[in-house]
Amino acid sequence: MRAIIPDETKVRFRYPARAVGMLGAVLMIASIFMPWAYGHEALDDMGFYGAPSPLQVFFVILPVIVLLLLAVPLLGKARLGKFARALAWNTSAKTASIAATATVAVALIDIAIELEGLVNIEVGGWVALVGGILAIAATLFLPDSPEPTLDRLKSPNWLQILGIVVLMGMLLFTAAFALSLDKAGQFLMFAAFLVGVVLVLRQVGIFAWLGLAAANNNRVLVLSAFIVAFAFPFTQNGSDANMSIASQVLIFAAAALGLNIVVGLVGLLDLGYIAFLGAGAFTAAVLSDSAFATVNFKPPFIITVLIAGVVSSLLGLLIGAPTLRVSGDYLAIVTLAFGEIFRITMNNLDGTDGPNLTNGPNGIPGIPDLNIFGYDLGAVHEIFGIEIGRFANYYWLMLIVIAVIIVVFMNLNYSRIGRGWVAIREDELAAEAMGVNAFALKLLAFAGGAFLAGIAGAVKAHMDTSVTPDQYVFLESAFLLAAVVLGGMGTVMGVLIGATILKLLPEKLRFFSDYRLLVFGLLMVFMMRFRPEGIIADERRQLEFHAEDEELAEELEEEMITHHAHLNPERKGFDL
Amino acid sequence: MTQVATGGHHVDSGTLLLQASNVTMRFGGLTAVNDVSLNVHAGEIFGLIGPNGAGKTTFFNCLTGLYKPTSGEVRFAGEVLPPQPRLVVRAGMARTFQNIRLFHNMTAIENVMVGMYSRTKTNAIDAIFRLPRHRREELASTERARELLEFVRLVGASDMLSRNLPYGDQRRLEIARALATDPKLLLLDEPTAGMNPQETRQAEELIFKIRDLGLAVLVIEHDMRFIFNLCDRVACLVRGAVLVEGPGSVVQNDPRVIEAYIGSPPEELPEPGPAAEKPAANPGEGNADA
Repeated sequence: MRAIIPDETKVRFRYPARAVGMLGAVLMIASIFMPWAYGHEALDDMGFYGAPSPLQVFFVILPVIVLLLLAVPLLGKARLGKFARALAWNTSAKTASIAATATVAVALIDIAIELEGLVNIEVGGWVALVGGILAIAATLFLPDSPEPTLDRLKSPNWLQILGIVVLMGMLLFTAAFALSLDKAGQFLMFAAFLVGVVLVLRQVGIFAWLGLAAANNNRVLVLSAFIVAFAFPFTQNGSDANMSIASQVLIFAAAALGLNIVVGLVGLLDLGYIAFLGAGAFTAAVLSDSAFATVNFKPPFIITVLIAGVVSSLLGLLIGAPTLRVSGDYLAIVTLAFGEIFRITMNNLDGTDGPNLTNGPNGIPGIPDLNIFGYDLGAVHEIFGIEIGRFANYYWLMLIVIAVIIVVFMNLNYSRIGRGWVAIREDELAAEAMGVNAFALKLLAFAGGAFLAGIAGAVKAHMDTSVTPDQYVFLESAFLLAAVVLGGMGTVMGVLIGATILKLLPEKLRFFSDYRLLVFGLLMVFMMRFRPEGIIADERRQLEFHAEDEELAEELEEEMITHHAHLNPERKGFDL
Repeated sequence: MTQVATGGHHVDSGTLLLQASNVTMRFGGLTAVNDVSLNVHAGEIFGLIGPNGAGKTTFFNCLTGLYKPTSGEVRFAGEVLPPQPRLVVRAGMARTFQNIRLFHNMTAIENVMVGMYSRTKTNAIDAIFRLPRHRREELASTERARELLEFVRLVGASDMLSRNLPYGDQRRLEIARALATDPKLLLLDEPTAGMNPQETRQAEELIFKIRDLGLAVLVIEHDMRFIFNLCDRVACLVRGAVLVEGPGSVVQNDPRVIEAYIGSPPEELPEPGPAAEKPAANPGEGNADA
């Protein structure tokens, strides 16, 4: 953009540009009072003058942000005071205009496709589009803002905590709203909107401030995040459809977090990770009360979970001990083969040759629901007058499992062991020469990650009520790895986001299920090219991916100091 | 070429610490280190010089377990050293690298704390449940790391990423990291390579300070002034074998050493003696300027 319009031009046109931009935003806002579509089959009923439909109201948000970003600076530097430089007004106005227009464009395309023809787009849609394009064009003529300095301003602690709480509340609302959108078009439109809002918040400088607030109030952040996650089933009014998706996401996320220890923290490539989830699931299945369970030993679930974890980690040791001495590509190949061997073995342990453990391809069906301390996870409970269904129960159970996994992940990361892992990743030979037992540490990561996946697998067995070998194919391993890489290697937040994206999108966008792999493949290629460190970047990982970037190194160093990145034994990790 | 006997004629400041006997390292047909025997005593500074490709670093790698010598034996404090770097570190021998091998994306203090790995015992259970041992050791290692950074005069840089440190500071950080392993013998591979004269002097002071802590130091260097100022004894390695070994003054004036560095003097020059000093110092200066 900078190259297209020279800076002198921008300075000369800044007032007219601002006026035109505001006009564009006003047009977009006005458009919701006009009909967008001829017919109500697309999105929702957008066919009336003066009576905006619920979705149309939602189209106001981004234009209002654009309008505010453009109008507030007109108050003048004197009245804005320290906020004049704290927010990146102009640049984020540009981003917001682009996001608003993109959202409108997605909606219009959806209308055109669903109602079959551009002719079905009514005047309001066109007005919104023209307004958006006007706003984009105008904001291109505004001078670029300097880096926002919001995070350098002193803010009282209560405000920071409030910021976190508001963020969490919005997160809960967003999640509930996104899951309530049944139509693919609505969902895509909302996704475009969401990406836009996130980009604008980042650009304007609010994310940096929130990041600082989060670092200062670690406990508040963690606590509020869990309260919000815990409260989620209450927004579903007893419907199990979305809770089923949510609990599948959590299982997937739990396995991805385990894989993140291996891939993100130690830097090993594991292409057969789903086998550990499968080992946990099969262990729990054969020890369950199912009529098809092949082992005549029925311990309580707490014990079963531990056995499942141990079995998985033993497999981890079995595969790790001989192969962790080789590195890089060889390890990837060996783990890939291991994943397949696991599946084929489960397929063949049907009693024709050798013991009958898994009933072969039929697997073990009819696994009963869990009953933990008298709480029947299979039954519908009524809490605060709201029905909590079966999948909501499993969702809560998985939430506890994820909490345990996050504690393990973080506490290992911020310890002597985590430092050893980083050292191995950076320079294995130097680490050895400094006394680090690289082999043992890698093995620990392998077995530890497998243990966590095994636990998740044990819950999965009961939630799915049946375990079959064909659930644990290579593709699933690839998706787990994609979740880690896409979300951000070495981070918890990133992997949770990555897992959510990879599990939620296929559920919500059924129409493109045929092209699912194509789309994810393209997505991965784009990520590798433009942001290899993932959506949420671990600072150290980011540095590794940009070894030549001196500026970034200076910048991140500062960030690591303010966030107390690895050190400070008083504060780091989660205390139990 | 045979090894010149050390004899017992000079400073035996302490007990025998490192005893390399007949170490040979072959890579296929190439003999990089040929039958080298060296003794380093507690509390002494021992210099290892030699032209490029003489096998100095290879010899270092044999000592520190990065290579397993084809034949020969390395004893440390009487025990045969296992050919595994981390066990060598445990035994009490730490090293730096010729081309700095810090953990570039870790901060200075984290680098030093990695060095403490073999002297701490926190295991996965301690770390996950944040047991007292984790807490105690983290505090103690942080404390110790700060001390070491202060010792090498890097205290202000403790939270800086090591890749953002100036070159000279990186060298000193690598020494601090090696000291963190609590060694009895420190092996320095060209600690002043690429340094200006002032930094070289500081490095010299630092090595004396390390010796004063009671550590022995084995140092590879090309800077002759530096090495002869510093070392109690010096060995010159040429084509993988020890050419001369003895006190600095003896090695410095040995015509074979001069020959190894600058080639044999032309026939017309009658006296090798006076010519010896200048050429011997020259390669070192050239190196410092580089």
